[in-house]
Amino acid sequence: MSGEPVFEITMTVNGVRRGARAPARRLLSDFLRHDLGLTGTHVGCEHGVCGCCTVLMDGDPVRSCLTLAITAAGHEITTVEGLAPGDGEPSPVQRAFQECHGLQCGFCTPGFLCTVTALLRDNPRPTDEEVLEGISGNLCRCTGYQNIVASVHRAAELIAESGDGS
Amino acid sequence: MFGEPIPRREDPRLLTGQGRYLDDLGRGALAAAFVRSPHAHARIEGIDVDAALDVDGLVAIYTHEDLPPGVGDPLPLLIPHPALTHGRTARPLARDVVRHVGEPVAMVVARDRYLAEDAAERIRVDYEVLPAVVGIENAAAAERLVHEDVPGNVGAHLVQEVGDAPAAVAAAPHRLEFRLDIERSASMPLEGRGVYARWDPDEGSLRVYSSTQTSTGVRMALAARLGLPKTKVEVIAPDVGGGFGVKVVHPWPEEVLVPWAARLLGREVKWTEDRREHFVGAAHERGQVQRVRVGFDDAGRILGLDVTILHDHGAYTPYGIIVPIVTSTQLPGPYKPGAYRVEFTSLYTNTVIVTPYRGAGRPQGVFCMERTMDKIAAHLGLDRAEVRAANFIRPEEFPYDQGLTFQDGRPLIYDSGDYPRMLEMIKELIGWDGFAEEREAARREGRRIGIGLGCYVEGTGVGPYEGGHVEIDSTGRVHVATGLTSQGQGHQTVFAQIAAAELGVPIEDVTVATGDTRRFGYAVGTFASRAAVMSGNAIALACRRVRDKALRIAGEALEADPRDLEITDGVVHVRGDPTAAIPLRTVAVLANPLRYAFDEEARRATQFAVGGSPDEPPVPAGEEPGLEGRDYYSPVRSTFASGMHAAVVETDPETAEIRILRYAVVHDCGRMINPRIVEGQIHGGVAQGVGGALYERMVYDESGQLLNASFMDFLMPYATEVPRIRTGHLETPSPLNPLGIKGAGEAGVIPVSAVIASAVEDAEGIRIDAMPLSPDGLFRLRRRAAVDPALRVERLPA
Ligand code: FES
Ligand code: FES
Repeated sequence: MSGEPVFEITMTVNGVRRGARAPARRLLSDFLRHDLGLTGTHVGCEHGVCGCCTVLMDGDPVRSCLTLAITAAGHEITTVEGLAPGDGEPSPVQRAFQECHGLQCGFCTPGFLCTVTALLRDNPRPTDEEVLEGISGNLCRCTGYQNIVASVHRAAELIAESGDGS
Repeated sequence: MFGEPIPRREDPRLLTGQGRYLDDLGRGALAAAFVRSPHAHARIEGIDVDAALDVDGLVAIYTHEDLPPGVGDPLPLLIPHPALTHGRTARPLARDVVRHVGEPVAMVVARDRYLAEDAAERIRVDYEVLPAVVGIENAAAAERLVHEDVPGNVGAHLVQEVGDAPAAVAAAPHRLEFRLDIERSASMPLEGRGVYARWDPDEGSLRVYSSTQTSTGVRMALAARLGLPKTKVEVIAPDVGGGFGVKVVHPWPEEVLVPWAARLLGREVKWTEDRREHFVGAAHERGQVQRVRVGFDDAGRILGLDVTILHDHGAYTPYGIIVPIVTSTQLPGPYKPGAYRVEFTSLYTNTVIVTPYRGAGRPQGVFCMERTMDKIAAHLGLDRAEVRAANFIRPEEFPYDQGLTFQDGRPLIYDSGDYPRMLEMIKELIGWDGFAEEREAARREGRRIGIGLGCYVEGTGVGPYEGGHVEIDSTGRVHVATGLTSQGQGHQTVFAQIAAAELGVPIEDVTVATGDTRRFGYAVGTFASRAAVMSGNAIALACRRVRDKALRIAGEALEADPRDLEITDGVVHVRGDPTAAIPLRTVAVLANPLRYAFDEEARRATQFAVGGSPDEPPVPAGEEPGLEGRDYYSPVRSTFASGMHAAVVETDPETAEIRILRYAVVHDCGRMINPRIVEGQIHGGVAQGVGGALYERMVYDESGQLLNASFMDFLMPYATEVPRIRTGHLETPSPLNPLGIKGAGEAGVIPVSAVIASAVEDAEGIRIDAMPLSPDGLFRLRRRAAVDPALRVERLPA
């Protein structure tokens, strides 16, 4: 069996144009992790249920384990590595998760951070119900979620305080 | 510092994608994939690899025949309890017979995982399918055998007795007899297992990274299996994405095979478990059938308790029979059960192995005891809380000897606790008194609500030991190392809190290393709520050694009596005289007499700078250079944490959906190092408990296929399923260890099924004797109870 065809796949990841050669069946999660070396995005199930692999594609959360890298070509991807504004400071969502003890083992955390970042952009002051709804596609086996919910509210506060939503 | 809810020091890394979990390592390593048995019980007739050989990127295929002795032999039986008369373990790759779906049959190594799986798919294995043994009662009936040479499918049988329970039950004024069922669940960490190995041919040494709860255990096992001296094997647990028990098993087949292949091929090899593999190739827990006979007096005091347990341990017993031992010994909880007899039979089935999952047999034991308490209350028409109170061990009765032998082979003696106080706290927190009116008010609106209660005692901090090493360097930084591993418990924070408090240094100066045999070689592992007790105390003891040494050296330098010195903010000074002071970093320099000066700081420690008597050696007898110390903590026996949970649930009269309206926890883990982290542990445990009570089960069909081996079908709670938890803390320090701490890791999960069963029973007036309970399960129970009065329960006073 000879090697399968590979394609040059290019996308903008965390604001930087990145490319690598990979076959058509390469998952976006594997492409980010193994081809680009961005291992912050995690894989918990590879069948679209746990949300660990959530990244932002053109600003919206997608499950990178259900996305082929080649279909993400040309798009803007944000991973956990790109959430902080770049001045060495954590993003409000990252800060809130630390303040509220919203993580334990940290494996689900990148998926939550991406999900919550998009959630608060679309709905800066969510109610309790809206927070539960917003994170109801992400599994966490460690925290029991109570502190994650608190983190989301805290992040909303921090964003409101900073005034510009960034 | 000790006792403060400071934020975690591991978080900045984990929040920015800088964590290093197993599959984040070894970019470019070869990938392993496994061919696993699709049958629950079958004889391997032949393995044909031809079709796989021309897969691009294939490096190697191994079957049992390729494995040398040692590597191919059955895996070790880690805990050889004498009651385990028929312990059986699997080979890393099956030889003749496979005994559960998922058992590894062949290993493929290829350039990447995609290609390894391509090749694995093309390997043909011919099986003669044998009849499977599935279900506890089928195992006990033993019409078929899992292992030909294990009669009756019985791996172990153990009886423990205190007094004459059958006689006490027979003589009691009131008697009840019933059966309880608990189904299987699993730890299910979001990161599966994984191993990555590097062989250094020049040094003849092996470095292995494993997503494990015991790197020292893996190291010893690998050294033995691969015939390497221990000094040539390093094992590191990197960041681990949750464990909850399953990752304490070792060595897994994959954990032996991947390093072996890395050495053979002279290449880096990595295997990362996928989710389906985790369902069928790792471990489950919980499944038991219990038969209970209890005799009690008019006040509900138990006079005799006689429990018979059938325990399903799956196809093999690598981790022994810890789970049913823990069930039988933790079953009495905070009570004095009068005469007690417990008998378990641990059975083989053609299913995935059973090893501890958070709680490790306690949820089953607590389910049994707490259902018993509720049934006594219902029988006598008493308040369920009162019946419990009537049976409590009183605060003045500690230390209290239950007369049993615990899982560590030591007597089961509770160290401390205050159960009556705790009961008051939980009643208050949940609103126990007055609930009857609340329930009636709801009923008038057509709603069904109920309240439930559950109490437990948890043996924590089992031995044999843990150690700690503490070193202060010449910049004043404090390096702490302990051998046990971390899977999210915040060890880098809590151990640093202990060190900072013991040494009198700013916590920013402290770093903590765990689970790395290069840093600390002697350790047991992280399980059984033992890390804080064991390593916490070991680190405290090591810090005290370093502190003593620092004060001695500083005393000489300051010409002061060490007893007059204290350390504040990293500076040793004479109490009451801040001018007579010397920073710890300088003490560290002085602690290491030097020949060579490599910087200004080091000049102060050279033989020309250091004073001292010319007749004494620079390093006095009995001393060691360096400001460092090592110590171990090895307890005589376990500490005993305790807790009580309560819940209010609502059941839908039509759909039978069960909703938790309120959930409260009171918890006593002795002195808390970091209350925020303790609280997080409780939240996480309760969420897993809710999963076990209402959603999670392993559904096997009669041929031994696991029908729900995915996150789509095995229902773990999302945020929408977990109630808001209110917590109260009680701190009764343990007298057994220097820090007075007990453990907190498993507490949250233990009584949840018992509590929810109690509450649903209260809401419905129907006996709840089996968990988990799904809406359709409750729906069917309602139908049966409508025609069978024996299934109905009288309404209880509270
Ligand atoms: S890994 Fe993508 S959803 Fe679980
Ligand atoms: S923090 Fe471990 S899975 Fe969420």
